[in-house]
Amino acid sequence: MKRTPFLEIWRALRKNPLSLTGLVIILGLVITAILAPYVAPYDPLRTKPLERLEPPSKLHLLGTDQLGRDILSRLLYGARISLRIAIIVAALAGSVGTLIGILCGYFGGRVDNLLMRVTDIFMAFPQLILAMAISSALGPSLENVIIAISMTEWTFFARLARSRAIAVREEDYVEAARAMGAGRWRILFRHVLPMSLSPVIVQATLEMGGIIRTAASLGFLGLGAQPPTPEWGVMVTAGRNYLPGQWWVSTFPGLAIFITVLGFNLLGDGIRDILDPRLRGVKG
Amino acid sequence: MLVYILKRLAWMVFVLFGVMTIVFFISHVIPADPVAAILGGQAPPELIEKVRAKWNLDKPLYDQYIIYLWRLLHGDLGISISTGRPVSKDLIQFFPATLELATVATLLSVIFGVITGILSAVKSGRSADHLSRIFALSGISMPVFWLGLLMLLLFYYLLGWLPGPGQLPYYMPRPPRVTGMITIDSLIAGRFDAFISALRHLVMPSLVLSFFGIAAISRITRSSMLDVLREEYINTARAKGLREMIVVLKHALKNAMLPVSTIIGITYGRLLEGSVITETIFAWPGLGRYATNAFLAIDFPAVIGSTILIALLYALTNLVVDISYAYLNPKIRYG
Repeated sequence: MKRTPFLEIWRALRKNPLSLTGLVIILGLVITAILAPYVAPYDPLRTKPLERLEPPSKLHLLGTDQLGRDILSRLLYGARISLRIAIIVAALAGSVGTLIGILCGYFGGRVDNLLMRVTDIFMAFPQLILAMAISSALGPSLENVIIAISMTEWTFFARLARSRAIAVREEDYVEAARAMGAGRWRILFRHVLPMSLSPVIVQATLEMGGIIRTAASLGFLGLGAQPPTPEWGVMVTAGRNYLPGQWWVSTFPGLAIFITVLGFNLLGDGIRDILDPRLRGVKG
Repeated sequence: MLVYILKRLAWMVFVLFGVMTIVFFISHVIPADPVAAILGGQAPPELIEKVRAKWNLDKPLYDQYIIYLWRLLHGDLGISISTGRPVSKDLIQFFPATLELATVATLLSVIFGVITGILSAVKSGRSADHLSRIFALSGISMPVFWLGLLMLLLFYYLLGWLPGPGQLPYYMPRPPRVTGMITIDSLIAGRFDAFISALRHLVMPSLVLSFFGIAAISRITRSSMLDVLREEYINTARAKGLREMIVVLKHALKNAMLPVSTIIGITYGRLLEGSVITETIFAWPGLGRYATNAFLAIDFPAVIGSTILIALLYALTNLVVDISYAYLNPKIRYG
């Protein structure tokens, strides 16, 4: 991947209406997550047995679920959960992966070989299956979902940072710094790391849609967040038993997941277009 | 070429061994206690001891690993804690249903993906192209479980066009098991009613499962087709006066399919993930549902067994894809 300053990405994005739509969706998600406690009409956890399974109405815009909880309020709070998972996983997997990647790339040798074989093994099976295995072993919960997905994500960042570090290692100014007597750790953290960061940050943005979808899938399968957490995947599962009569219980949370992931993918598609037109729309 | 394949096979064995080791330690260094999950909290201590001994849980972790490895080398995947049957038998029983579903889904992905990809490339920049881009992005963003539920809601509950979850209606006797794939078994038994019904039951789950594949293949076909259409020899073909359709389908498509073959590997991985969810929604008695139940019950012999099988399938597909790539593209020679 070529180094592309963020300003350049922004310039190209502005011309692409689909990517701008994606950006707007993500901003909307962030604002929703921040403002949830102020705009949610009801307490997302408060059950009202007398108002269970009510269809969408003025009182409950998106209806109520099987325990009489307001679905809109739960959706708004759910935005916080999804965003939190995406950000923490990207930060955790991103930093651990980057650190391992630049160490491998810069020093090379046996450790590099060993760690890259480990990433091969991690990449040898489908991400969701690995996340399911880890989550079931740790005991399904929101925190463990974050750990499980991070354990499946770090390999992408490690590979990326490693290839950047290998490229940067050979640059003239690194050579110059070395000649001036800079130590290897100083070179690593002052020169190699900063130069490897921008592709990693772009990659982190691209991964977030996938992270949110994986987290929701785990929630749906019962291997992720647990009820009564207003996590979107969990909400879809809960509504399954009420199809087709009470379709709104699982349809709206599913729609929320779809729009959110679509937002990240629209933006990602645009960014990927700028970086490498060949990869467009392949990885979701 | 032979050396390359042998090297790849050896590498595959190593990767599978790694997968097994990782999953083994993840599922054994756990806070969750499978024995407590089976027996419940009130079981007498002697019984708990007995059950622990039966699954070797009373031995040190290292010994458990060696025992597992030794048995695995003899083709023994252990006894499932929740079904009480050998895991290998369970896998053989559940795998054909997934194979059937995945095969149909792959076919659908390739056919629809390539067609929409070509259309989108030929109409590049026009509304058909934009539509297919939006469709493709929706395809990779759509949560499989939500799509499945929406389709059930629409085609089964509301319109009644297609049958609901399951492989056959409950009142229809299953054909005798030969391959384990219901469509084929019913043909072997000469039961056309069952065959038609099985096909109808396959429509929704396979469509749901193929959605991601269609999207991904469509995108890659488009960009690779666009590359090829810019080549000199395409202009030559056009200059010769060949019809555009022949130029596109005969001259361009063949070369454009090269990158597409690699994407099928990625698609297949997603297919395996998708089968876990699709089978849960459509009550499909396949590997994905077996694995999900194993994960939920912390049934670790079944967990390790099904992950190894999934990893094996994934690795094999990628191997086949790589070999066919080398075969299709004479520029690449592996040493």
